Amino acid sequence: MDETIIQVSHLTGGFGDATVLEDVSFEVRRGEIFIILGGSGCGKSTLLYHMIGLMKPFAGSILINGKDIVTARGDERGKILSSFGVSFQAGALLGSMTVGENVMLPLREHSSLPPSAAEWIARQKLSLVGLEGTSHLKPSQLSGGMQKRAALARAIALDPDILFLDEPSAGLDPVTAAQLDGLILQLSKTLGATFVIVTHELQSIRTLGGRAIMLDKKTKGIIAQGYPRDLQNDRTNPTVWKFFNRSMEFNPV
Amino acid sequence: MIQEGPETTRMDVSGELTHLTLGRIWNRAAHAVNAIPKGRLIIDTQHVKGWDGAGVGFLAFLKSIANRRGLTTELPHLDEDMRKLMERFSQASETTPAQVEPAPGIIETLGRTGRQLAGDLATQIAFFAQTLLTSFWLIGHPRRFRAGDFMNAVELAGFQAIGIVSLLGFLFGLIMAFSSAMPLRQFGVEVYVSDLVAIALVRVLGPFITAILVTGRTGSAYAAEIGTMKINDEINALKVMNLDPVAFLAVPRVLATLLVTPLLTVFANLFGLIGSGLVITSLGYTTTTYLSHVQSILTPTDVLVGLFKALVYGGLIGQIGCLRGLQTKMGAGAVGISTTRAVVSAIVLLVTVEGIFSVLLNALDI
Repeated sequence: MDETIIQVSHLTGGFGDATVLEDVSFEVRRGEIFIILGGSGCGKSTLLYHMIGLMKPFAGSILINGKDIVTARGDERGKILSSFGVSFQAGALLGSMTVGENVMLPLREHSSLPPSAAEWIARQKLSLVGLEGTSHLKPSQLSGGMQKRAALARAIALDPDILFLDEPSAGLDPVTAAQLDGLILQLSKTLGATFVIVTHELQSIRTLGGRAIMLDKKTKGIIAQGYPRDLQNDRTNPTVWKFFNRSMEFNPV
Repeated sequence: MIQEGPETTRMDVSGELTHLTLGRIWNRAAHAVNAIPKGRLIIDTQHVKGWDGAGVGFLAFLKSIANRRGLTTELPHLDEDMRKLMERFSQASETTPAQVEPAPGIIETLGRTGRQLAGDLATQIAFFAQTLLTSFWLIGHPRRFRAGDFMNAVELAGFQAIGIVSLLGFLFGLIMAFSSAMPLRQFGVEVYVSDLVAIALVRVLGPFITAILVTGRTGSAYAAEIGTMKINDEINALKVMNLDPVAFLAVPRVLATLLVTPLLTVFANLFGLIGSGLVITSLGYTTTTYLSHVQSILTPTDVLVGLFKALVYGGLIGQIGCLRGLQTKMGAGAVGISTTRAVVSAIVLLVTVEGIFSVLLNALDI
């Protein structure tokens, strides 16, 4: 289980002239639930966008299954992209298509399956995330939590090795958020996929419990890493302590 | 309001200090404080009956102008809570917002605008090339062509526009014929109106008004639709699924406008000729005379030239709409900006290309 699946080395990146991340290095191991956490504006999503190839870093490399997504072009890049699925913060389902068509899309475009088979598999994936019988609906007819689950179904359509989830439980009520966390844990067991999850929801972080890195706005990099259960008792770093204890002031007892 | 002692000025504030009442005294009080030459300012608030945030802000504001002018201020009757709140307000007013860059001069603005325009032109040409290359690539990968989207776009941009384009053509024919008939009548040659209108409509105006209509109806819709997809992360979702947004979204739409604009032009031309025919017959000429004039003046070349222009316009409009949509930045306002940019740049481009066509066709004697 200790095989490295994603290796980020000396990553520096940001928007335009503004550097958000500076010399960030870490690795994700196959099969784990890896959490990227931190306060608002710390560069969590920016890091994610770099890892999935939507942003070009100023410097550094991001190896996914040993291949660098930064420099890969054409078919090689396509291969890397097909090794992972992404669920965006707001779901990002295509509004002009039905939920079923959204989940079928990667199957139709990247597999040789006939349409009826793609539809069958799309239904299976939807039932895996608890959305049976919604394939004929438009994304706008679903609630926020359902949209996120549908996005998850689309992300797992091609059974990727890695799943990137951006704030999966943000903006959801506590019960729906807990359901989604449960779903992630269950999928992690049944699919055996590696999960990389960006979040700032304490409850989710505790439930998921995987290895985490914490980013910070000031240092533009990782200020702590380890398991949440260890991090929350860490009294050596005020920023980490304040985050895990939802406190404005550093006063560990 | 102000009683003066030697070196000491007392300001009595009374009544309600709220956002509803302060408007009347805010500037007057500021002037009064500005008029104090030096010394000590005591703001007496013991007769104030009610406060809100604006009231506290008002005191903090007076204090900050007094401090800037080197006066010492005292607020003897303020209770502890108020004093704490006011300290926060004063801190806020003393932290200056991030440095705003000074507005650039005329020469710098000209330079920047020029560079921006050149960059924009380069992007448009690059996007044109990209769309073209992607279209060729799709010929080799027909499975990846979004035929459903293409048909849908043809229906929205084409079939649903037939009514309005016909009406527009008809009215244009009517207006052109009528307004040119009046001066020509003075020379008794109003029958030549048919020749004039037929040539102008089929070669220039038919394609042009159709293009303007397609810009407003479809180009803007492309920009808004793709722009909304951009701000919803849908374009990013396509990219990580290894689906090229140009192949997926732009090519079917550009092909749709490319195909549909010449077809709509046929309707504009036809109904334009009917409109002008109506004017001619109402002037006392027979339909046969009108038709024979039109038939003798119009050559197949004229019609083909018009349709070719429409084809080019259609491609340009679709392209600009998709490009502007894909260029959308963040936020709902950005979609509006993209839509405006799509329409404005398309119209500018249409007029420019029309000019180039006129010169070229004249030079080639077509």
